[in-house]
Amino acid sequence: MTTHPDPATRETPGGFPAAPAEPLAATVATQPGPVGPTRPVEPVRRPDQARPAPTGDWAHGLDTVSRATDTPGELQPYAELGLRDDEYDRILHILDRRPTQAELAMYSIMWSEHCSYKSSKVHLRQFSEKAPPSDRLLAGIGENAGVVQVSDELAVTFKVESHNHPSFVEPYQGAATGVGGIVRDILAMGARPVAVMDPLRFGAADHPDTARVLPGVVAGVGGYGNCLGLPNIGGEVVFDPCYQGNPLVNALCLGVLRVDRLQKKEATGPGNVVVLMGARTGRDGIGGVSVLASATFDEGSEQRRPSVQVGDPFMEKLLIEACLELYDAELVVGIQDLGGAGLTCALTETAASAGTGMRVWLERVPLREASMEPQEILASESQERMLLVVSPDKLEAVLKTAEKWGVWATAIGEVTAPSPDGQPGRLVVTWRDQLVVDVPPGSLVDDGPVYARPMREPADLILLQADRAETLPRPSNPEALRETVLRMIASPNLADKTWVTEQYDRYVLGNTVLAQPEDSGVIRIDEHTGLGVALSLDGNGRYARLDPYNGTKLALAEAYRNVAVTGAKPIAVTNCLNFGSPEDPGVMWQFAEAVRGLADGCLELGIPVTGGNVSFYNQTGAAAIHPTPVVGVLGVLDDVAERVSMGFVPRQAGEHDQLFLLGETHVELSGSEWAWVTHQHLGGIPPQVDLGRERQLADLLAEAARVGHVSSAHDLSDGGLAQSLIESCLRRGVGAQIAVPEQFADGSMPFVFLFSESAGRVLVSVLRGHEKAFTALCAERGVPWEIIGVTDQAGGALEVRGQFRIGLDELRAAHSATLPRLFGGSERAEPAQPTPAKQADAPVTDEAEPAAEPSAGPGDAGQPAGPDQR
Amino acid sequence: MPRVVVDVMLKPEILDPQGQAVANALPRLGVSDVASVRIGRRIEIEFTGEPDLGRAREIADKLLANPVIEDYTVRLVEADETADAHS
Amino acid sequence: MTARVGVVTFPGSLDDGDAARAVRIAGGEPIRLWHGEADLRGVDAVVLPGGFSYGDYLRCGAIARFAPVMETLVDAARGGLPVLGICNGFQILCEAHLLPGALTRNQHLHFRNRDQVLRVEATGTAWTNTFQPGQEVLIPVKNGEGCYVADAATLDRLEGEGRVVARYVGGNPNGSQRDIAAITNPAGNVVGIMPHPEHAVEALTGPSLDGLGFFTSVLKHLVGAPA
Repeated sequence: MTTHPDPATRETPGGFPAAPAEPLAATVATQPGPVGPTRPVEPVRRPDQARPAPTGDWAHGLDTVSRATDTPGELQPYAELGLRDDEYDRILHILDRRPTQAELAMYSIMWSEHCSYKSSKVHLRQFSEKAPPSDRLLAGIGENAGVVQVSDELAVTFKVESHNHPSFVEPYQGAATGVGGIVRDILAMGARPVAVMDPLRFGAADHPDTARVLPGVVAGVGGYGNCLGLPNIGGEVVFDPCYQGNPLVNALCLGVLRVDRLQKKEATGPGNVVVLMGARTGRDGIGGVSVLASATFDEGSEQRRPSVQVGDPFMEKLLIEACLELYDAELVVGIQDLGGAGLTCALTETAASAGTGMRVWLERVPLREASMEPQEILASESQERMLLVVSPDKLEAVLKTAEKWGVWATAIGEVTAPSPDGQPGRLVVTWRDQLVVDVPPGSLVDDGPVYARPMREPADLILLQADRAETLPRPSNPEALRETVLRMIASPNLADKTWVTEQYDRYVLGNTVLAQPEDSGVIRIDEHTGLGVALSLDGNGRYARLDPYNGTKLALAEAYRNVAVTGAKPIAVTNCLNFGSPEDPGVMWQFAEAVRGLADGCLELGIPVTGGNVSFYNQTGAAAIHPTPVVGVLGVLDDVAERVSMGFVPRQAGEHDQLFLLGETHVELSGSEWAWVTHQHLGGIPPQVDLGRERQLADLLAEAARVGHVSSAHDLSDGGLAQSLIESCLRRGVGAQIAVPEQFADGSMPFVFLFSESAGRVLVSVLRGHEKAFTALCAERGVPWEIIGVTDQAGGALEVRGQFRIGLDELRAAHSATLPRLFGGSERAEPAQPTPAKQADAPVTDEAEPAAEPSAGPGDAGQPAGPDQR
Repeated sequence: MPRVVVDVMLKPEILDPQGQAVANALPRLGVSDVASVRIGRRIEIEFTGEPDLGRAREIADKLLANPVIEDYTVRLVEADETADAHS
Repeated sequence: MTARVGVVTFPGSLDDGDAARAVRIAGGEPIRLWHGEADLRGVDAVVLPGGFSYGDYLRCGAIARFAPVMETLVDAARGGLPVLGICNGFQILCEAHLLPGALTRNQHLHFRNRDQVLRVEATGTAWTNTFQPGQEVLIPVKNGEGCYVADAATLDRLEGEGRVVARYVGGNPNGSQRDIAAITNPAGNVVGIMPHPEHAVEALTGPSLDGLGFFTSVLKHLVGAPA
């Protein structure tokens, strides 16, 4: 799948060139396909096998180009495929005849919202127009994923994508194939995938359908990623009733490549061979792109039950190794993954981006089901496939590599020259010598409709913003504050997410330096130099609902800060924009505001958007989800050994670190977790965001980490200071003593100090003897600071002087019981003793997580028979 | 006492990676005449009273099979027949 | 001379690179072996790494045991070659009948990744001779099918012959019978372990350095072994 559209428009044919110049001579030997000792597969279909009668409504035999020309008046079911009247007219105009069934399927897929970005394109241009200059960007918007150079030899590529609708229909496979899809995007850039992350959003935690969707999605993310051998290093798990009928399953993949291994998708070089590699093609997700991904859920969706794609992570693992071997041997000219729009997208995008044409013998595609129709083969969303462009003299070597890894590889076509008059080439597809597709590839990729849809601020927004949470009753005595602390850390959004994250392998590949619940995942990418990257993904639908422009900036600020606290320097941005229907002017306005906020924010921070994904139609009936822009920020650590963890560090008896709160705390409770948990309130204006200050803060944190002033650093966001303090305490079982600053001493102000969600704040612990140097550095960088207390290992508690003292055991019990209680696995409560930290400087993982006796959880027999996760 | 046996299979159009992996391994055991393998689940249900096929179907539909991707069949077997199935 | 320790890559092996890194950090020379080749390239010991060989389809390890490399390896192991099977490698060793019992789906039915305390009980094996009997170590566990099962007679025999190499302490992560995390064959050269010592060899990336002992043990064993 493509990323945000390339803002640069390519020249596309104005006229209608005649049929292509004699591409029909088969210079490409039909490949037997598979291969070797591991996959000695029989041919799927013999050439002499009778072709079964076509299915569906168009029972007129094969719909060829000549037949289409002869029957101009034949009715076409374009509306059922999601095309509008004017869009269909446009196809007639481009082709100067009616499309064949296969062509109609291709246009309907490529011109769907999902593939064409027809509603978002006009807004997404800002990401390029406002992009700050960057000399690191090797590939940006318009490519499969952005590629950022991080050293002389190495680059990283990363991208996040949505798989929301499929995951509601079939949680396990929807989530699994979401991971698989984004991994192939990264692979297509020439990179070895090295980590995944997954921001997940579900309906109310205690809703019965959440108990169906969440375990399936988590098992799917884990089942695929674990089997692929990719560490899962972070993400989000968020609950809100607005996602009840429309969960958000976003998946990110990070890849690493040598700069000179960067791959292109262009199908250059007429005469080059087009090879389909990977799994065989079946009826997976036929029509999924136009029907499934663009249709809103309604009452009927449970009955419709479209054909779900099933992932085979084992095949994907083999595909990864085979591709990487091909890159190393420099055997491919171009490569493109097959995503939501299958072969259609891969063929048209590779040809269109090179301006060439392509000749494809569709019957050569290895099929899982012999009865598949040409349009089904072109639309199939079967997973674990890549399209390669290979020079003929390298073909043998490519097939050998595929055979070694036991994956199918089949030459299905060849690249053809642009026409002599300078027009781009044409995509010509035959099915058993009959011409079924003859189109200008650019017309599918670049000439799709573009809409400047009507936008209007939602009518209820003024009232919503006027209903401020700052006016709600707040706890104003120590007992009430203590109770609030315990209730908040047990609330689903703030509770410990170990139930989810321990289903993911975070160790595989041996380069995970930090993983969840840390603020960012940190991966070492060079064992010799210690070079590494930090990644965080954040979004807050409530903030964006209240103010999409600033809400998106807040998401950017949080991800940026989460990267900065590890000591990394933020350098690039990706995004997944989850919204309701673009046909709703209110939603469209939210979207436009969010894009404007992100583009402006990136300009202010001086880091470019490198790519991303838009997911519209996230709604149930008329009710849209909260606008949910999820923003990913990537940072670089020159030496991962200098990374800073969020956990307070154990010290010898009598020793402690000083706790500093950086940034300013205001009375900002609107849109906060507290307002929602305590009052089910959503209203007011979200916290102010000042990206200039975020930048100063990030500079300070990087320098402090490099010099070694700080022993821990933790971002403040949902749940405010209280949440950060508790997480930092529980990470390694080190308590803290806190004194409320004078200006927060009275009435409900201690509560504000602990639960305000003001942005631009970080909790750091500073090593003894470094305080003076650290405060001098703060002054130099213009970052406000306040000493709020000390770490206290011996105390074994979090104490806020004059307010409360809560033992770490009690905090841990409250914090960690929620998800197991909601989603089973029915862990026996264990004494909450942290296991001994073996290495004082190895705070990577959940050392403080006691192992528990397992007991049989509820059966998950409803889960599909995917690969067993081991 | 007869039992109800529920056989759950992936729908024919759904990819079965397990079956595929097994089929691909067979030639290594010298078996070359197998065209395809598909793997499913067999579930045996014993009722406290008379076996109830309707009830079993309901269980299969709600719990044992995932109708999005799986089909199931329900049938009655004698107890010893069940044992035979394993031999 | 540096000991040469083979690390086998099956299709779907995932922790093969990590096992090789652990061998290197311990001071050995890792030699990569390919499932499709019967030649063990004269290695002094072999690690079967973790992962999902053949996607773990059918049963974990069931298909891998028929790989060409396994035929040679089974004979060599019976002849005394030190073999360590980690996680999926443990499953393969059981499927190949080099070790008794089997590994089944975790009792709670979830994949589980956590840092786990183990007690090393058998220190006479080729892979555990640098540990003290009863020593507790912290090593990541990550599996979906790590529940060790065997009939009572087998379990009694393993216990009686001191062949339970390590047990889970402070909570059993998968329901394994008698908290068994690792076992060995009667000769002590073949060890299967469910947790992942190769993920506890660097302070930066692991919860401890305790995993290193398994790899230094085999190097020590090889030095002491008759040539």
